[in-house]
Amino acid sequence: MINSSPILRCAFTLLLSCVVAVLAKAQNEYQQAWQLALLGMEDGDTLHLPEGTYTLTESLLVDGYDDVVVTGAGMDKTILQFEGQKAGSEGFKVSNCNRFTMKDFTILNTAGDAIKTQMCDQINFLNLETSWTGKPKSTNGSYGLYPVQCTNVLIDGCKARGASDAGIYVGQSNKVIVRNCTAIENVAGIEIENTTNAMVYDNLAENNTGGILVFDLPGLIKKRGGHIEVFRNEVRSNNLKNFAPKGNIVAQVPPGTGVMVLATSDVAIHRNTIVENRTTSIAVVSYYITELPIQDDAYEPIPHEITIDGNKIERKHQWPTFKNKIGKLLAFKFGRKVPPIIYDGITEETLAGKDLDFSKNAVLLMGKQADFAVLDAARKFKDILINPPAFIYTGLDSPIYDSFGL
Amino acid sequence: MIRLGYNTYISVGLFAGLSWLLVSHRPLVESSTEKPLKLLSDYGLFIGDLTDMVPAENVLPYELNTPLFSDYAHKARFIYLPEGTQMAWDPIEVFDMPQGAIIVKHFYYKADERDPDSENRFIETRILKNTSKGWKAWGYWWNDEQTDAAYKALGGKTDVTWTDVKGKIREVHYESPNQFQCKSCHSYNGKIKPIGPAARQLHGGKVDYVGNWVETGVLTGSPADHSTWPVMDWKAEGVTVEVAARAYLDANCGYCHRHEGPASTSGLFLHNKYPTGPETGVLKSPVAAGKGSGGRKYDILPGKPEKSILYYRMKSNDAAVRMPEVGRSIAHEEGLALIKQWIEELE
Repeated sequence: MINSSPILRCAFTLLLSCVVAVLAKAQNEYQQAWQLALLGMEDGDTLHLPEGTYTLTESLLVDGYDDVVVTGAGMDKTILQFEGQKAGSEGFKVSNCNRFTMKDFTILNTAGDAIKTQMCDQINFLNLETSWTGKPKSTNGSYGLYPVQCTNVLIDGCKARGASDAGIYVGQSNKVIVRNCTAIENVAGIEIENTTNAMVYDNLAENNTGGILVFDLPGLIKKRGGHIEVFRNEVRSNNLKNFAPKGNIVAQVPPGTGVMVLATSDVAIHRNTIVENRTTSIAVVSYYITELPIQDDAYEPIPHEITIDGNKIERKHQWPTFKNKIGKLLAFKFGRKVPPIIYDGITEETLAGKDLDFSKNAVLLMGKQADFAVLDAARKFKDILINPPAFIYTGLDSPIYDSFGL
Repeated sequence: MIRLGYNTYISVGLFAGLSWLLVSHRPLVESSTEKPLKLLSDYGLFIGDLTDMVPAENVLPYELNTPLFSDYAHKARFIYLPEGTQMAWDPIEVFDMPQGAIIVKHFYYKADERDPDSENRFIETRILKNTSKGWKAWGYWWNDEQTDAAYKALGGKTDVTWTDVKGKIREVHYESPNQFQCKSCHSYNGKIKPIGPAARQLHGGKVDYVGNWVETGVLTGSPADHSTWPVMDWKAEGVTVEVAARAYLDANCGYCHRHEGPASTSGLFLHNKYPTGPETGVLKSPVAAGKGSGGRKYDILPGKPEKSILYYRMKSNDAAVRMPEVGRSIAHEEGLALIKQWIEELE
């Protein structure tokens, strides 16, 4: 009947365009309505972001609440699209909140970080996705999920893709769990930086430049991270080219990195599956490897007490990356048979031109899980050691980790 | 029955009239509200037309030696102190204000910067009030008639055009902060705090506010002789590039880039209390700059402003790169020129 009448058809088209126009207008109003709702909350309130795809143009800010929840209808159901963002650089910026929970929504294509939380205690990121769509590129935002200067952080069941720095980045925080998350096609999949007491487990880090990074950087108020366990993760094929803007520390991470510890002490890497990372499966290096100046007397650039235990490590014979100085060096020294576990061997002794002091080993392998090389980077790679027995425990027993039982 | 004589009527009338005069010229804020009042005029901070900016009783006008750049907007600043109260002097921090104190700041543009009598267009007025629950920040957006401004939690946006000192037509898409954004700058250990009226900003300039306020009894605790204090005036006669640049960075970055501010995450500290060196960015690698690094390795590479992240971010208008993050959408040419020269001369 409608088909037979041009007038009706025309009316129908008109009606449809009105509906579209109203929807578009309504969408614009969400920016204001949600920000207004977030401004007017009381402690204990919940903000519901209903199912739908919403185009937002400005950061949403939250500050100073206790016991507040922001929840969508599901990771695939509530989608906040920030493409072409005009004001602010984050999607959500949360500060000074206690017992704050965000769950069940997706944030796409923010100008800067997708979700940044600062100075919060008991902050929960549950079933969230933060992604930059399209080919990974350096103009993508830096971080997907980004708690900094927070305590009691739980990141559970989240997904992060396309970040030009780290998909999941925990900085200068204390007491942290990152679990059941997926990080793909970021420069760093998961990065724990200047953070203490962190457990990173049951995550998948795939096709990033580097899968899981544990770093300590100089010049910060929180000087040292440590007491970190990275376990039972799947760290697979992290061979993506490095697309981080230069100047950032992750721009130095070689494509093909599984797990890397830089300068952080007291880290246990155990029971992970680390496979098909072309350059290095596990690398333990000091900050000196970056060749950047250190102007911080209270900073400790050399890692200590790194335990590597029970990891399943596999790597085909293949060339490491040539797009990075560490990669090139490994290629030059080892060809395609690169030892999957490497340690730069930079210590106070080797920096002074002396031999490694085996009584002060920074790295201990609990049983040989794969070939292991100490690179002697402090002395121009003069005395590279392969599978030095002093670094490998071959006794009967195994240590009990804090994560025992998990 | 009481009979009221003619004189009585006159007396009552006079009394009422005088009371009205007194009340209307006294700030009404002494009702000590903890919530934002609806209109700017409701505070009674000014006498007559708001745009004349004539302060009411206990409202002190002041200027800063080095103001924060806000897209070339002019600012007019006032502090209201409840009757009989004082501010307490501090050598570094903003003066301690009593409960009930209000800091009010108008943002306006002159139609033609070359003409001092040219019309002012008021855009927004920001109120900081020290309530029983600490400082609160409220934004007021001016009406088109320029008669009053109304509280707006979400902030406002408008296009502004003016003629600059060189006769060039300038345009800006002006955005006022929403209530949470106030805290992007006004944040001290997670709490809202004023950032302007500190000793180094209020003496040694055209007006000696510190001296005047001590004399009138509204500022206590100030040492008698303040001739030796640092003066943070970036345009003072004979000021060195080092002092001018640090004054500029102090006013424009130091409220956030300090241990107590939100940018404490960055390890870059530009408050005046930190000496020029690694902490202020010299040969310092960025921490979480992302694309804000612009491919540069150091916050400040001495001698090379174009290779310094600090200069790059001050110059950029990209929302994800620019610094400060809020409060400006266009670069400050005069400030940039100063920082360029400063980095060029750094060794």
